[in-house]
Amino acid sequence: MDNVELLSRIQFAFTIAFHYIYPPLSIGLGVCLVVMEGLYLKTKDKIYEELTRFWVRIFALIFGIGVATGIVMEFEFGTNWATYSRYVGDIFGSALAAEGIFAFALESAFLGILLFGWNKVSPRVHFLATVLVALGSIFSALWIVVANSWQQTPSGYRIEGTGMQARAIVTDFWAMVFNPSSIERYSHVLIGALLAGSFLVLSVSAWYILKKQYVVHSRAAFRIALWVAAVSSLGQLFTGHQSAEVVTKYQPAKLAAMEGHFKKSAPADMYLMGWVNASEQKTMGLKIPGGLSFLVHQDFNAPIPGLNSIKAENRPTAVNFVFQTYHLMVAIGMTLIALTLFSLYLLYKKKLFETRWLMSVFVFAVLLPQIANQVGWYTAEVGRQPWVVYGLLRTSDALSQAVKAEHVLASLILFTLVYVMLFALFLYLLNKKIQHGPDVMDSDQEEPSSRMNPVLN
Amino acid sequence: MDTVLGIDLPTWWFLLIGALISGYGILDGFDLGAGAVHLFFRKEESRRIALNAIGPVWDGNEVWLVIGAGSLFAAFPFVYGTILSVFYLPFMLFLVAIIFRAISIEFRSKEEMKWWRKMWDVSFCLSSITISLLLGLILGNLIQGIPLNANHEFVGRLRDFFNPYALLIAVTVLSLFMMHGAMYLIMKTEDRIFTRLTIIANNTSKFFILCFMATSLATLIYVPHMTAIFKDHPALFVLPVAAVLIVLNIRRSIEKRQYQRGFVSSAVTTALLLILFAMGLYPNLVLSNIDPRGHISIYQAASSEGSLRTMLLIAFIGMPLVATYTIFMFWTFRGKVKLEEHSY
Repeated sequence: MDNVELLSRIQFAFTIAFHYIYPPLSIGLGVCLVVMEGLYLKTKDKIYEELTRFWVRIFALIFGIGVATGIVMEFEFGTNWATYSRYVGDIFGSALAAEGIFAFALESAFLGILLFGWNKVSPRVHFLATVLVALGSIFSALWIVVANSWQQTPSGYRIEGTGMQARAIVTDFWAMVFNPSSIERYSHVLIGALLAGSFLVLSVSAWYILKKQYVVHSRAAFRIALWVAAVSSLGQLFTGHQSAEVVTKYQPAKLAAMEGHFKKSAPADMYLMGWVNASEQKTMGLKIPGGLSFLVHQDFNAPIPGLNSIKAENRPTAVNFVFQTYHLMVAIGMTLIALTLFSLYLLYKKKLFETRWLMSVFVFAVLLPQIANQVGWYTAEVGRQPWVVYGLLRTSDALSQAVKAEHVLASLILFTLVYVMLFALFLYLLNKKIQHGPDVMDSDQEEPSSRMNPVLN
Repeated sequence: MDTVLGIDLPTWWFLLIGALISGYGILDGFDLGAGAVHLFFRKEESRRIALNAIGPVWDGNEVWLVIGAGSLFAAFPFVYGTILSVFYLPFMLFLVAIIFRAISIEFRSKEEMKWWRKMWDVSFCLSSITISLLLGLILGNLIQGIPLNANHEFVGRLRDFFNPYALLIAVTVLSLFMMHGAMYLIMKTEDRIFTRLTIIANNTSKFFILCFMATSLATLIYVPHMTAIFKDHPALFVLPVAAVLIVLNIRRSIEKRQYQRGFVSSAVTTALLLILFAMGLYPNLVLSNIDPRGHISIYQAASSEGSLRTMLLIAFIGMPLVATYTIFMFWTFRGKVKLEEHSY
């Protein structure tokens, strides 16, 4: 790997990992905002209005950073990966342009009304703006995941030209959009986003409940977010399984890396946790023998092709990394299911908000979906290597020819400095907004026992 | 080759991307300009009013950049890869400036401290100026052509981009945006800041006219290929003449205190200057200044016909929607800025 490739890969991984903190938060939070403001319109209860206004302020902060770091991604395809851009422009470019026209324009225009339109438009139009911003962010994710999924499971194309002049041409637009992994991966990403957003609401609300501040508001917000989180975490089990099936079918090398399965063709185990020694081709850990075979073929003895059945130059090199990130994601997914279902049970028993240790868990649980989203993304992207477009274009062939290593190094240092500062400022301002809390107009409302929510109880 | 309404598909995309870049220049142009003149306002209240005049719309304006870049990626991927990788460091600085600008607007109002607000004011102003200058610098080099060999490979050096002509275009773009932004702010303000802005509009428009004359002269002398088209089609000469008249009209509107008309004129100026650039370029997208075989034409750079056709359909459905949101947004926030609880 030469320096330009290494540095460009680090830069891309770093900038996209940082970007990927924010859009999932705004998607999940956007959906929670729609529920909150919808409840306000329906019940005319001030609490929901105050909650909406509070969370809109946090939404604005997250959205702003998401947009700014997202523009970086769009340009990096051209700056650092010019050969890739030429190769997939027909396809990836179309999806990006469609994202801009159909989704980003919608969110950005109505964001102005969401943030500044409170006194300019009627409550209904304001609610419509909230819905459109949420929808815009959901569509946005759709096009981006479609573009990425095409890299994982290309279809609806033909290759024209050879060598450096080769490029993929769309032959069937809808086959390109609905390539074999689009739907499964999109639903998986979307639910990951709902978890990220709802757990932010859960964390902040739990913190207020522990501190006995804004208790009525926080309980209402907690209930809304808990339902979103519980349904999502169960849904994730389903979409996760479906995504794994797609990987099994279309990206056998990635699947083998995910479970550290080396043997050419043999029953494959399923690990709960473990360690892969790639040089000795050994995987050790806590496992269900034949578990992967069973999951894929409903037969504990069915053979699964391992890494050794794939040509050496086409195998992902960071096998242990893919194994660990994948298993961490699954473990977090299971934890979230247990956590949300147990909480729903306590809510039903009317003991949830008195269970202080659980509230403390929720304060920190905001990190879990974030980590799961990040490591899930690493599994998907590192597991695809050495291909940038699976089976078609190698990452090492995708680079810009005109760019020098020192320029990439300079920009990488620049982005590292800017993003570290940006993250520190983000945490500082987020914390400040949380400390400030919602603006409560009527102090009588702050009596925890007097009011119960008729809609959600 | 396939045509739609008598125009071939790559030309359609050449026109569409030109329209998107003009839209970006006009829309983000005024809020970049507002940023560039930001430090001329002394009072805290004036700065807040100026910021809130663009507050609800700047994000929507930036969408045109995202769509423009995405369309270039989709329709002419070869050019997208070439331009962005050749101008690697200028684009990286551009991206950092875009980030700083976004967070300056977003973060400034979050703290009361004087140093905090001053810091973000400076960052907002500097990043707006940097973005304008970098766009101009890249444009200036594209007008002259860049060193591409017969295989369209870049054989130049970074420091060649900092040539006098490109720097002149950079300053011209900045002056245009500053004038445009000042006139936008005039329409949104009253009282003290309004008076201050009338002076700023007056000065920036004089500054722009100086730059405009210098640019016109320099282009005639040093970049003859941009004006070659008028020798073959003298009728097209009406466009540069129109540009001169409209630029003069900007001054006239400012003197007669018809700022709305002045704002429209500077918007039309932005579009006309880009049209003149496009006419000098067509049917190429990137010119080589060392070997005519290095030119990249729209036909060499275009995506497949099927993709261009599908995308054209998407654009025909999508662009009226985008225009509708844009109009709805500007209509909602019409009139003079009033500071309120949600303001920055």
